[in-house]
Amino acid sequence: MLALIGTVPEEDFPLVSGTAILKGDRLSLEGHETPVNRGTPALIAAAVMACDTLGLSMPFSFLVGDEGVGHGSRKLYEHLKTQLPAMGAKVITFHYLQPDVDWHNRILLALEEKGKLPVLIADAGYMYAAKMSGFAPCYDLFTPDIGELAFLADEIAPHPFYTRGFILHEEDNVPSLIKKAFEGKNAAKTLLIKGSKDYICTRERILATVDTPNVETLEPIGGTGDTMTGMVAALIHGGYSVARAATMAARANRLAGKLAKPTPATQVAEIIKEIPKALEAVLDEAAKAQEETCPTTQYAHG
Amino acid sequence: MALVFKAFKRKKGNTSKAKSPDRGFLSFHNTSEVIKAESVIRKNGWRVRVMGPPPELRTGCDLVIEFPLVEQLNILRLLKANKIAPIEVVPVDDPLLKPVDLFHATDYGEYLMVRAANMKLTVHKETLMIVNISGGGCPDVPYLGARLVGKDLRQAPPPREIGHTLCGYALQLAYEEIKRQCSL
Repeated sequence: MLALIGTVPEEDFPLVSGTAILKGDRLSLEGHETPVNRGTPALIAAAVMACDTLGLSMPFSFLVGDEGVGHGSRKLYEHLKTQLPAMGAKVITFHYLQPDVDWHNRILLALEEKGKLPVLIADAGYMYAAKMSGFAPCYDLFTPDIGELAFLADEIAPHPFYTRGFILHEEDNVPSLIKKAFEGKNAAKTLLIKGSKDYICTRERILATVDTPNVETLEPIGGTGDTMTGMVAALIHGGYSVARAATMAARANRLAGKLAKPTPATQVAEIIKEIPKALEAVLDEAAKAQEETCPTTQYAHG
Repeated sequence: MALVFKAFKRKKGNTSKAKSPDRGFLSFHNTSEVIKAESVIRKNGWRVRVMGPPPELRTGCDLVIEFPLVEQLNILRLLKANKIAPIEVVPVDDPLLKPVDLFHATDYGEYLMVRAANMKLTVHKETLMIVNISGGGCPDVPYLGARLVGKDLRQAPPPREIGHTLCGYALQLAYEEIKRQCSL
């Protein structure tokens, strides 16, 4: 099971969980609807699209309303502490939640008490809490953008807002920031760094970079990082290794962006619609690459 | 049990980690302001502590309030509404850390994007309509997007008035800078 966890920017949205359904540009969960234009709903929509394309079981989502005051997040944290470990999810993605180190630690410990940790992915506010907790290496994947990588690389910064010095000059400095993030034990086992060039790396090395197609107008569009995280979660749920899934998701996100022919004013819902086509193309590319690198397999079947 | 122990051991062993990584200090001119601020903040449901200041913050008043740093914007707005003005807001574990104050602008022809810290704000240059908000990780980022995208920059509420967190604070900086660059 793939579990997706986050918030909706509506104060009155109750704490709900279940299998989300996409209805056009809206996401429906237990009878409650929300637009997929940004944040966790965009992540869930991307994951739903990807699971559908890959022929996988649909993700199980937890959502609560939180406009940033934190009340909804804390209600969800409390719920997760008791409910999440019992669910037996194999992959869990934590997303837009008010960063709270204390609650983060309680949930991690509750999951650890059940035995082997599932594949843990953190993005957005939960990644901030995971870094600040000192338990970042317990996670299998973080999906920072370059500014957030600078935050992970700064062992003191409590939030990207307080990242020192290098936050605006880091595009040429990514390998050094990656090194600092891992040395400070502030990175997950694998990082998928979103930028003009996407990096997939572990403590040991940069495993892959993805920079095509290059669609400059994607950067201003809110939610494009969320869709990438949604896709990588679905691909891991589908059995791909974390690094492979990250590389495929990075490529598919760019292709979906290109297919949407975006301007800086495009909304992410337009990109989400293109995910099936983009992911199909990436799966084709992967199959062709497999044929080229393993020709003996083909001969054996022939 | 072994895994729980492992987690605690890891945490204990990681001495370079801060003791209160997600907390901040508010310092004030005098103790009566501290007491008043503490009362107002607590009444609104936040967990805060009044304590002695670190050496870097000793400015005459012997007390500071420790609060959840990420909710800085929300708490400052609450204090302002109650006519209480802190002298300074800093992270607990390194009071000398300063907020990011550099901006980066990208010109897309018809559109202009300004980034402050981890937040990006994009406007259509001719109509001054806010067309996108991206970056950030706190839950008020999607909320700010929902409230501001599609609004005229001249009429949109400042993020500091409707945001709640440090991401909202960063967006306020981007908002001010983009207004400056658009000569508003």
